[in-house]
Amino acid sequence: MFANYDKIIERISLNQLWDFPGGVHPPQQKTLSNQASIEHLQVEKTYYVPVKQHIGLEGKLLVSEGDKVLKGQTLTTSEAPFSVPVHAPTSGTVTKIANHVSAHPSGIPELTVIIDADGQDTWIELDPVPDYAKASKSELIERICDAGISGMGGAGFPTHIKTNNSKPLEFLIINGIECEPYISSDDRLMREHAWQIRQGIDILVHILQPKQVIVAVEDNKPEALETMSIACQQKINYQVVSVPTKYPAGGEKQLIQVLTSREVPANGLPIDVACIMYNVATCYAIADAIVEGKPLIERVVTLTGQGFKSPKNVWARLGTPIQSLLIYGDYDESQQSSPRFIMGGPMMGFTMTSVLTPIVKISNCILVPADDELPNPEDERACIRCSACSDVCPASLLPQQLFWYSKAKELEKAEEYNLFDCIECGACAYVCPSEIPLVHYYRQAKADIRNQKEEKEKSDKAKIRFEARKARLLKEKEHREEKHRLAAEARKASLSTDGGGAKDKIAAALARAKAKKEAFAKQASNAPHMTDSAESEKTKAVSVSEISTEVAVSQTAQGASPAKDGPEDDTAANKETTEL
Amino acid sequence: MTMLSLSSSPHHHNRRDIGQVMRLVCYATIPGILANVWFFGFGILIQVVLAVITALVTEGVIMELRKKKTERVLKDYSAVLAALLLAISIPPLAPWWVIVIGTFFSIAVVKQLYGGLGYNMFNPAMAGYVMLLISFPMQMTSWLPPLSIAEQSHSLWDAIHTIFTGFTSTGFSVEQLKVGVDGTTMATPLDEVKTALLQGYTVTEAKSHIMFDGNYGKGWLWVAMAYLLGGLFLIKTKVINWHIPGSMLASAALLSLFLFLLDGDQYASPLFHLFNGSLIVGAFFIATDPVSASTTSKGRIIFGAAIGLWVIIIRNWGGYPDAIAFAVLIMNMAVPLIDYYTQPRTYGHKTKASKDS
Repeated sequence: MFANYDKIIERISLNQLWDFPGGVHPPQQKTLSNQASIEHLQVEKTYYVPVKQHIGLEGKLLVSEGDKVLKGQTLTTSEAPFSVPVHAPTSGTVTKIANHVSAHPSGIPELTVIIDADGQDTWIELDPVPDYAKASKSELIERICDAGISGMGGAGFPTHIKTNNSKPLEFLIINGIECEPYISSDDRLMREHAWQIRQGIDILVHILQPKQVIVAVEDNKPEALETMSIACQQKINYQVVSVPTKYPAGGEKQLIQVLTSREVPANGLPIDVACIMYNVATCYAIADAIVEGKPLIERVVTLTGQGFKSPKNVWARLGTPIQSLLIYGDYDESQQSSPRFIMGGPMMGFTMTSVLTPIVKISNCILVPADDELPNPEDERACIRCSACSDVCPASLLPQQLFWYSKAKELEKAEEYNLFDCIECGACAYVCPSEIPLVHYYRQAKADIRNQKEEKEKSDKAKIRFEARKARLLKEKEHREEKHRLAAEARKASLSTDGGGAKDKIAAALARAKAKKEAFAKQASNAPHMTDSAESEKTKAVSVSEISTEVAVSQTAQGASPAKDGPEDDTAANKETTEL
Repeated sequence: MTMLSLSSSPHHHNRRDIGQVMRLVCYATIPGILANVWFFGFGILIQVVLAVITALVTEGVIMELRKKKTERVLKDYSAVLAALLLAISIPPLAPWWVIVIGTFFSIAVVKQLYGGLGYNMFNPAMAGYVMLLISFPMQMTSWLPPLSIAEQSHSLWDAIHTIFTGFTSTGFSVEQLKVGVDGTTMATPLDEVKTALLQGYTVTEAKSHIMFDGNYGKGWLWVAMAYLLGGLFLIKTKVINWHIPGSMLASAALLSLFLFLLDGDQYASPLFHLFNGSLIVGAFFIATDPVSASTTSKGRIIFGAAIGLWVIIIRNWGGYPDAIAFAVLIMNMAVPLIDYYTQPRTYGHKTKASKDS
């Protein structure tokens, strides 16, 4: 079904790529910000460093309020495999460790280390790897983790986990697509730091040993394509590829499809189709971490939109509140009737809830649109089933069906139509003529489904506990009853044994009484025949023997009776038990 | 702290809303309407005006009753488009109450009673058309000959006069306007051929009638071409996809070609079927109504192809000379089924959606 390695290499060398279905072509607007070099900012007065800036778990705090820290000093440890540490962006004092507005659509407060800069900006002692080629794989991966690197393209997946790969790898793909309109941070980084990105790639190649490296850059960035080509030209298995501009070509799954025709299986990972992908900024950070020994404390952020008088790219320390960036980009209040600041691009970015929202590892852009530049949508109209949305969906979903089911809360149906394969790229809502905020509906439905699953899991667990308890109680009860039954039987058995003896005694007494009576009767009947004495003597002897036999029989019966009568008694006893 | 304005991604929109889409479709009918005026007189314009007014009033009143934002709904132009499509489907000089009743039925019953825009199962214009055709067969089949071969010509004022009173300003009835220069009453090309075939003539003999210019009815070819132009404009501007018109025309052409090869005397050629009657309008403007058509790419091809087949089947063996409305309504009913079985394969899945749980 999918192309094999040789076929892919052949097509890439001819620059005959594949395509992904759907996609849109929103106005690029990149030239607003990509004309000038990346600028460095002055040291801020205060930084807000959230302890969790990636997907996974937060590390354990190593500092406490009042501590002096140096630039690059580790603030949290990475204990669990999915946690990534954060570092001090400058030297100064930890003034507070408290909840602070987060770089998240909800703005929900998260634990944040607040550092007042001392203005010295003094580095900790750096510990570079002199020659990474001689370092072991595991040491390099550990250093990548310690440097706090997580995917800088948007997902924030811990880089060391991705890098710790043991499965066969064909393509190491370096993502320089940057398909979102307006954003140019990766573009400027590639133009200005292609060599360091190449160093990062070299380190990854050393660790991962891929068969081929593909550096993919969208064809709307000719300068970046050129610098990357120059940087990679000495390496024969590094190929810089120009990818046709189409949103969302930079999505991990879409780019893999464009370059290799392969599809990452549902619920799978790129490595399942022998690919691993890194963003160019991540490569840059890896080179920093290994070659310079510097942890990840700053990144390129695009300041753009007509709300900035001087849009540009800047090196912003992680933890910089966006209000400083607004000042730096010369925010023009008159362009907005009510302030609206987007972190990320116009397609997938989110509006921030506060100007104190800090820059984090995944923040590639601050977009401040003028009122008429990206107007807020009007009220949604009815869906007219035009399926413009399915025509642009890169995952080949049926967005209008998902919308119906999400809106009607038919969550099972929504799942059946593969809601969870939606990458939330926003192409559907971008073209929807009814201006329905489709992605918003999907997010809500996904959240509802997750909640339901959690609830179900909880109730399932409770149910299992309940069932187990019920079974235990039942068993105990049965056990108890069995014990009682046995005891009762034993009692009956002993009772019936005694009872048998008593009856026998009565029978024996009766027999004795009868024998006596008979003997007496015989004596009485013998009396009239006294005249025939000889004959009467004879009869007497017979009757005496008869009596003695009788007595003997009675005696035998008396002695043998317990054994003989046992079974009969048992039956009676049994009957009694049953009746009871 | 100042309150920041919040919104959900994407923040970008291509700024083509329903109103714009519907307006583009309306604009695309202009060449066809102009050609119709050129060949058949001004009647069609009056019908369009009547239909649009009726549709706006009907929709507006219902929106008020349903307590919706009337102005916003009217601005989506969906009612205007439905009315327009009905108006261009009926005979140009049909009495005014025909189009008024038809439009009212389309908007009030077929569209709004089903829940309004987006919820109607049937194509409103075509359901309205069928209702009219069954209820008022005489008025709905009084087609005029092209002006070039009509005995009587009529002006704009005549058209208005006829639609409202049944007679031109000089006292001619519609029946009289239907008379051609040869003194016989004219019908549509499709009707003419159908009647001739029933009377035992061959297709070729039927086409020797004065109304034909070779393979095509005089005027009808050019009107169809003008609608084709508008249809291609819609594909070019991505208002519609090629799937439905493409598959519909292809299947109609293939089936009629097969029949034509089987017996050319009994069955007309594919070109005859494509450019006479309303197959072109139907393919680009009517079957493509998004609400009542299939929504998947494969489904749209099946939907269009099936309509094409029905059209040729009904034209050849059915009771009516043309069949777009019936074919479209039949396939409207099949849409849920088609959509269910033509779901695309989602990225990363081996089989189609909803079947790989």
